[in-house]
Amino acid sequence: MAKEEKTEAKEEPVQEVEESQAPAEGVKPEETANEEGSQETTEAQEEKKKEDMIEAEETHIFKQVKNIVFSMLSPKMIKDMASAKIVTPELYDKEGYPVDGGLMDIRLGVIDPGLRCKTCGSKLKECVGHFGYIELARSIIHVKFISIILNLLKSTCRDCGRVLIPKNKISKIREVLDQVEKEKGIEGRRRKIKDVITKLKTINKCPHCKARQKKVNLEKPTTFIEEDKRISPIEVRTRLEKITDEDLLLFGMVAPHARPEWMVLTFLPIPPVTMRPSITLESGERSEDDLTHKLGDIVRINQRLFENINAGAPEIIVEDLWDLLQYHITTFIDNAIAQLPPARHRSGQPLKTLTERIKSKEGRIRHNLAGKRTNFSARTVISPDPMIELNEVGVPSKIAMKLTVPEKITKWNMEYLKKFIEKGPQKYPGANYVIRPDGKKKKITDETKEASLEEVQPGYTVERHLMDGDIAIFNRQPSLHRMSMMCHKIKVLPGKTLRLNPTVCHPYNADFDGDEMNLHIPQTEEARAEAEILMEVQTQLISLRYGLSVIGCVQDAISGNYLLTKDMELNRNEAVDLLAAIGVEEFSNLPRKERVNGKEVFSALIPDDFNFTGKTRQDEEVVIKNGKLIEGCLDRNNLGEGSGLLLRNIHKKYGKKFTIDVLGKIFRLGIEVLLRHGFTCVVSDTDLPENAKMKLNETLSNARKEVENLINLYKDNKFESFPGKSLKETLELRILEVLNKARNETGQIVADFAEKKSHTMVMAQSGSRGNLLNLAQMAACVGQQAMRGKRIDKGFDERTLSTFKKQDLSPEARGFISNGFKSGLTPTEFFFGAMTGRDSLMDTALRTPKSGYLYRRLANALQDLKVEYDGTVRDASNKIIQFEYGEDGVDVSKSEKGSVNIKRIIKTHM
Amino acid sequence: MEKTINSYEGRIPKKLLDDIKEYLPKGTTMAKLKKILDATVQEYEEVKVHSGESVGIISAESIGEPGTQMTLNTFHFAGVAEMNVTLGLPRIIEILDGRKKLKTPAMEIYLKPPYSKGKDIKEFALDIKETKLGEIALEFSISLVDAEIEVKLDKDKMKTLGLTNSQVVTAVSKQLKKFNVKDHKEFLLFKSRAKEESLNEVYKVKESVKGIHLKGIKGISEVLPLKRDEEYLIVTAGSNLSEVLQLKGVDPHRTLTNDIFEIENVLGVEAARQAIINEVYKVIENQGLNVDVRHIMLVADTMCFIGNVKGITRYGVVSEKASVLARASFETPIKHIINAALIGEVDKLNSVVENVMLNQPVPIGTGIPQLVTRSKKQS
Repeated sequence: MAKEEKTEAKEEPVQEVEESQAPAEGVKPEETANEEGSQETTEAQEEKKKEDMIEAEETHIFKQVKNIVFSMLSPKMIKDMASAKIVTPELYDKEGYPVDGGLMDIRLGVIDPGLRCKTCGSKLKECVGHFGYIELARSIIHVKFISIILNLLKSTCRDCGRVLIPKNKISKIREVLDQVEKEKGIEGRRRKIKDVITKLKTINKCPHCKARQKKVNLEKPTTFIEEDKRISPIEVRTRLEKITDEDLLLFGMVAPHARPEWMVLTFLPIPPVTMRPSITLESGERSEDDLTHKLGDIVRINQRLFENINAGAPEIIVEDLWDLLQYHITTFIDNAIAQLPPARHRSGQPLKTLTERIKSKEGRIRHNLAGKRTNFSARTVISPDPMIELNEVGVPSKIAMKLTVPEKITKWNMEYLKKFIEKGPQKYPGANYVIRPDGKKKKITDETKEASLEEVQPGYTVERHLMDGDIAIFNRQPSLHRMSMMCHKIKVLPGKTLRLNPTVCHPYNADFDGDEMNLHIPQTEEARAEAEILMEVQTQLISLRYGLSVIGCVQDAISGNYLLTKDMELNRNEAVDLLAAIGVEEFSNLPRKERVNGKEVFSALIPDDFNFTGKTRQDEEVVIKNGKLIEGCLDRNNLGEGSGLLLRNIHKKYGKKFTIDVLGKIFRLGIEVLLRHGFTCVVSDTDLPENAKMKLNETLSNARKEVENLINLYKDNKFESFPGKSLKETLELRILEVLNKARNETGQIVADFAEKKSHTMVMAQSGSRGNLLNLAQMAACVGQQAMRGKRIDKGFDERTLSTFKKQDLSPEARGFISNGFKSGLTPTEFFFGAMTGRDSLMDTALRTPKSGYLYRRLANALQDLKVEYDGTVRDASNKIIQFEYGEDGVDVSKSEKGSVNIKRIIKTHM
Repeated sequence: MEKTINSYEGRIPKKLLDDIKEYLPKGTTMAKLKKILDATVQEYEEVKVHSGESVGIISAESIGEPGTQMTLNTFHFAGVAEMNVTLGLPRIIEILDGRKKLKTPAMEIYLKPPYSKGKDIKEFALDIKETKLGEIALEFSISLVDAEIEVKLDKDKMKTLGLTNSQVVTAVSKQLKKFNVKDHKEFLLFKSRAKEESLNEVYKVKESVKGIHLKGIKGISEVLPLKRDEEYLIVTAGSNLSEVLQLKGVDPHRTLTNDIFEIENVLGVEAARQAIINEVYKVIENQGLNVDVRHIMLVADTMCFIGNVKGITRYGVVSEKASVLARASFETPIKHIINAALIGEVDKLNSVVENVMLNQPVPIGTGIPQLVTRSKKQS
C-alpha cells in the first residue's frame, strides 16, 4: 500500500506537503514538512517512530493526520528531498546489481530481496523508497501548467514583470476577481483576469514601465510564440521570475506555496524505485516498469544534451535534443496529450505514465485510495436453505477452515484455545496461526503443533477456524443499499456453497441462478460489535427508503400460507406435526379438537395480545384479534416485503428479534404446508371451457371490427382529431385504446372462467408469483406489442413486414398478438414479440450505466451530510443544509411509512 | 379540545396534530385525548433521527437504488389529452443536473374564474400560444432580380388565430429593421433598405424571417385546454413563467412550470427547491416506486442551500466541497490537485473520503464520538 500511495503524492512539482500533528504534542509543520518532501505514509510512519521513542511503554497510541497542505515543489525542495543524483541511464551492471547513480540506485529504495536500502538501511517492504533527482541540461516546461504560464505571460509585462493593470485599478479589479472566483472557481478567475486586461487596452504598453508589449501565443502542446518568434523555456523562466508575489495573488497563486518559475523545470525529481518495481519473468529476464522506461529516455537524452552543449555543438542539434527532452518529460507526466503522439512500448501499446496512474476509475485515487482490498473474505455461489434462520449464513466447512477469527489467550480461556491448536489446520474446528505478543505470526502445521502448544501463554493470539455463531458480513454486488451488506451469524454446513434464507434475498436482490456473494470476517472486537449492533439482519428489517418492511415471505411461503389460512382443515395430529416441523415446541395455542383449521394453525405462531386489521389483495378484511386469525387469509399484502404492514406492526410491538423469529417460522410453515399438500403448475391450468373460448373469439373479432371501422373513418376523412394531435396520431391512440380494452376483456374472461383452485390461479391470487395478466397471456391472448408507447411501425417502407400490404393499419400488421402462448403464436406475431423483447433488453443495458453514474454523483455530493448533535443537517465544513432533518426530524427507518401512525395510537388508547 | 391539542404544538409536528384532529373519534374524553397526545409525543421522540446519522448517504442510496428500476423511455403519453413530457430516469437526471435547457418544458396554467369555468377557454389558449410568421405562411419565395422576399399568407389560419394583415406587418417591421415591409393582401413583400443587398444575405434573412414572433407568449409552442376535476386549465408545451404570470385571468398561485431554472429566476430559490422536490417526487411516484420525501428534500436542499440552484455535477455541488481530496476523488483529480497546489490549499480532512484514503476513522456515525482521557505522563 505504501508504495502505491507514493505515486499519488508524486504529482511532479505539485507535491502534497503534509503537516501531521499529534494532537498531544503538536509537531511543528516546518519540521515535518522537510522530512521527506511529503509522503503521506512516510510522514505518518516517521511520526510514529518519534512517538514510540517518547512513549515507548504505551504502544497503543495512534497518530492522526490532521491536515494536508498542497503546494508546488521548488527546485531547492527537489534537491533537498532527493537522496541521490541520477546521472546514467544504465540500470544494472554485469552482475545484475543496480548501478550507482542509475535509475535503480539502491539509495532510492530496494525492490530485490536481500538488499538493504543505502538511505535508510531497511530491507525490502520496510523501506518505502526515496526520491532522487536529475539536473536538466536546459529548462523544460511542465505541461500541466502550460495554460497558467500562458496566462501569466499574456497578462504581465515582458520587461518589468508587473501585471498589465494600472496601479490605481488593481484593488478594484481584485474585488471583481474575488467575486468571479467565488462563482466560477479558481480557473474562472484566471480566465477572467486575461479578459480584464484585454479590455483595459494596456496590452500594448505596460502601465508601469511603459515598455511595448508583444503578443504571446501558445503553439500546442508546449511552445510559446511571441510575434512569430519562439520564446525558449529559459526566457519564459526569466520572465516568470520577475513577477512579484503580490501580483501573483491576482492570479490566485500564493507565493510561498507556488512560484511561477517553478513551473519551468530545472530539476526533475526521480520517483523512488518502490513505485516502479521491475518484474522478474520466469526466464530470469527483468521487465522494467513503464516509468523506468520513460525515465531512462529522459536521462539518456539529458546526458546527450549536456555533452553536446559542453562540446559546443551547433545550435540546431542542441535545439533538437532540447525538444526531444521536452517531449520525453511531457509524456512522462502525461501520455495522453492530444497534440503529441503517445510514447509506446515496442509492442505498440502506449505507456502508462504519471497522469494515467492517478486518473479515472482504475487510477490510484479511485482504485487504491478510495477503495481498498481486504483479507479474511470469501466468495462463492449461493444457494437457498429455508431451514436456517434469517440472520444466519451457511458456510461450507472448507471455507470455515480457511477463514479465521483471532482470539487472545487469557488464563481463563487457555485450555479452550489450546484444543484448537491441538487439532491443527486440517481438522475442524482447529486453528491456522498463532500470533506472538510481538506480532510474529506462526503457522500451525503438524510439525509445529507441539512447539506451539508448549509456547502459548496468555498474551498470545490464536487464529481459530470459524464456528457457529461467529459474526460475518455478507454482501452481494452491486451494493446499492446499506442492506446489501448485512451481518449474519455463521453456521458451518456441509456442501460447497454459501447458504442463505430465501427471505433475505430481496434486500440483497439475490436469486440462485448462479449468483455469487461475499463473506467478510471482522477481526477486531470493535468491528464485531459494530457489525452486530448496526448491521445485523434484524436491524435492517425496516427500509430506510420508505419505512416499511424490506424482508418478507416470498414465493412458496406466500402460496403455502395462503392455502393454509384460506380454507384448509387438518387433523390435530397433522397440525402438531406441521408446527413441530417448523420448530414450534409449545402447542397450547392450538385448540383442543380433532379437526383444526388452517387459521388456527397459523394463529399458533402469533402472540396472544396481538391485534391487527388489514386488507387482502382481494380487498377482504384480515382480522387478527388477541392473537387469533379470525377473518381473511394471508397473502402478499400482509406477508410480503414492501407492503407487509402485519410484519411492521409485529416489529413495532415486539421488537426485531421476535420479528425475525416469527417471520422465519411463518416462512417455514408455508413451505411445510406446500410440502404436505403438493404444489405444481400444469398446462391444464390454462384450459378454458368451450363457452369461454367462444366469448374470447367474440371479443377479439369485435375489437378487430371496431378497429376496421376506425380505419375506414380515417380513410374517408370523417375522423375528428383530438386537440393538439394530428389525425394519424389520434387514430393510433384510438386503435391502441380499443385493442387494450380487448386484451383486458380477454383477461377478465380468463379470470372468470379459469379453474379457481388451480395452482397457477393460487399463485396469482396470493401474489406469490405471476398475475392474472400472465395467465391470460398464456390461456387467451398476448395482446398488443408496444414500442415507445406506440404500436410497432418500424421495418419496411410503410409496413412492418413484407407479408403485409403497404399502409396496412390492421391490428395484425402492427403487432397485435391475438393468440395465447399455449395455442402458439404465428411467425409474424412471434417476430413482433421478439422486437419488444429486444427493445426492453436494450433499455436495461443502457439504463444500468446511466443510473449508476447518477448514483455515484449523488453519493459523492451527499456523503458528508450528517445530523449534528443539535439536530441540524450539516456538511463537512459545518454549513447548515437543513435546520431539522426532513422538516420534522423523523428517521424513515424508524417510522411507519414515513410518519407516526396516529390511527394506531388512537386505536390502542380507545 | 382544540386548545389541548394546540398546546402540544412545538412538541409534535403540525402534521401529526392535524392527523390527530382528523382521526379523533367524536366524544373522546379529555383524559383519553391527553393520553393519546402523550403517547404521540413519546412515539415521536422514539422515531427521531439519531445524531451523527449519515443522512446524506441514506438519501443518495434511496434515490440511486430505485434508479435501476426506472424506465429509460423518454416519452410517454400519459393519456389521450396530455402533453408529451420527459419521464423516468432521464427526467430525474435532468433535474438533478440542474440543466438550464430542458428537453420538454411544459406548463400547467390555472385560470381565474370565469375562464376556469370554461369561458372562452379556446380563445384564451390561442392567445397564449406563440405564433411565428412561418406558421401562417404558405410559401416563402425570393425574387432574384429585385432581391425581395415574398411571403404568401394562409388566410384561413390567420382567421382562426385572429390575426390581420396589418398586425402582421407591424410585428414584422418592428423586428426586421433592415427591410421594408409591404402589404399586398395575399402576400407580403420584404425589400431591403440597403441599395445593394447580396443574395446570400437575402437567403439568410428568408430563413430567419420564419421565426419572427407575431403574437402570443414567446416559448409556448403548443397549447391544450382541458378539463380536470370540474375546472378548465391550459396545458402547454414550452414554458415562459414570468410572462404567463402577468396575464390577466391567470391564477398566479397555482400556475406551474416544470422548468426549475425559470422558477428560480422568477420566484426565487425557495420556490425552486420546492419545485425540485415536487418534480422528482412526481417522477418517482409515476414509476410506481416508493421513496420517502425526506430523501428528495435533502437532495433538493443540498442543491439550493448555497443560494442558487446547483446541479449535482462536478461543476455544481461537488465543486463546492472544501476538501481537495474529496473533489479529486470524484472527477478530474489532476486538475484539482494542481489548483490546490497553486494556492497552497489545506485539506482539513473533515469529510469522509479523505479519511478513507488515509485509513482513519470517518467523522460520521460511530466515527464521531471520541474518547477523552487524561494521559498519565510522568509528573
